[in-house]
Amino acid sequence: MTTNTQEIIRVENLVKSFGSLNALDGVSTTINRGEVVVVVGPSGSGKSTFLRCLNLLEVPTSGQVFVEGVDITDPKTDLNLHRQKMGMVFQLFNLFPHMTILKNLTLGPTKLQKKSREEAEEEAMRLLRRVGLDDRANAYPSQLSGGQKQRIAIVRALCMKPEVMLFDEPTSALDPEMVGEVLEVMKDLAHDNMTMVVVTHEMGFAREVGTRCLFMDHGKLVEQNTPAEFFDNPQSPRLQSFLSRVLK
Amino acid sequence: MFDQISAWFAGLKADFILNFVAENRWQYLTSGLGTTLSLTLLSTILGIILGVVVAIVRSSHDKLRDDNRGGIGRKILGFFNAVCKVYLTVIRGTPVIVQLLIIYYVILASSNNKLLVGVIAFGVNSGAYVAEIVRSGIMSIDNGQFEAGRSLGFNYVQTMWYVIIPQAFKNVLPALANEFIVLLKETSVCGYIAMQDITKGAYIIIGRTYSPFMPLIAVALIYLVLVMFFTWLVGKLERRLRNSDH
Repeated sequence: MTTNTQEIIRVENLVKSFGSLNALDGVSTTINRGEVVVVVGPSGSGKSTFLRCLNLLEVPTSGQVFVEGVDITDPKTDLNLHRQKMGMVFQLFNLFPHMTILKNLTLGPTKLQKKSREEAEEEAMRLLRRVGLDDRANAYPSQLSGGQKQRIAIVRALCMKPEVMLFDEPTSALDPEMVGEVLEVMKDLAHDNMTMVVVTHEMGFAREVGTRCLFMDHGKLVEQNTPAEFFDNPQSPRLQSFLSRVLK
Repeated sequence: MFDQISAWFAGLKADFILNFVAENRWQYLTSGLGTTLSLTLLSTILGIILGVVVAIVRSSHDKLRDDNRGGIGRKILGFFNAVCKVYLTVIRGTPVIVQLLIIYYVILASSNNKLLVGVIAFGVNSGAYVAEIVRSGIMSIDNGQFEAGRSLGFNYVQTMWYVIIPQAFKNVLPALANEFIVLLKETSVCGYIAMQDITKGAYIIIGRTYSPFMPLIAVALIYLVLVMFFTWLVGKLERRLRNSDH
């Protein structure tokens, strides 16, 4: 099998079972550099499990995940090194509550990438300015709003200089008025050609920012297409009925 | 009436002089205090080291149970987990005095260093309780914290060290302080292996003076003051650690 240079993640026949339940039932797809892949589907469809399998937070029952051509499901692969290339943003932010914002952002770069503290802090402050939160560098996570926490969580992932960013329902736990500020940051990233895989319920974002939309149901990848085709001309009946319910 | 009261006070005074001043008997208490404190502090250090290691082994084993990566490492962890379980069962299932006597008369029978024997006995005993306290602290941290650490590329041990343990420690500090206080008072049985701590010191004084009231009350007061002091100290530490959650 040849690996084209555009490819960054390829999954082959991914299966994840929890007991008798197949959360993922044979998913295969390829994600290329610069793509913004948006994964949508009803809850319980396996989209979060799919995302969490990409950096092996969830270990697939069978199937393979290749990152830059390397099979990370192989136990001999240095998984931690590959995880550094894949930034992850969680629904519940998961900032480290016992550290200041600046410490949250510099922990990875200083401990894992052997950067000096000054270098890491400079980079962190540059990214904080970009999301407009440089004045909160010395605050603790508990002093921030949900939207601010999520923007910090995005910056924390970016500080590791990842090749691809994974978003697991990044706006689902936010108050409605805070969703916008987080989506803005994500749009900004997309415009900078960051490769992104986004699990979300924000159909507007999918349509506007996505370069490809995936629809999952019952652990299967049912349909994928460009956003325009995906939303205006859905093929499978399941996607049609899903869209008719969420786009009302 | 007045005569009776003054006679009572005179009696107290005579009792006090007899028990503490005469023949410098107060020195039994001060040297005993040194033994009690060094025994408690050294046992605490040993107990915390043992406890944290056991807690990490136990919770790692539980956490990694359904992760199907890593073959031989899992087996080694399984072995150590079994060892830890036996340790917890035996130590928590038998009285500390019995453990102390077994270590003194059987396991370390050739040792003349009673402090060493005491530290090992009380440290190993306390370690079992500390292990379960620390484990409960580790389990209380949301799994998302763990995932955040791993997703940044930290390995298991680094995630534990930088992310989980600091938060767990803050959560279990009151329980650890309680364990420390229990240990401080538990060392009063070290007289069984002829160590001269404060309790034993009082006992020696009573043996000379045949007057139990003053020495026993004095020892009780010393323990009480020590416990109050350490409780105050831990309270200060807790407030300092709490400054990250406003």
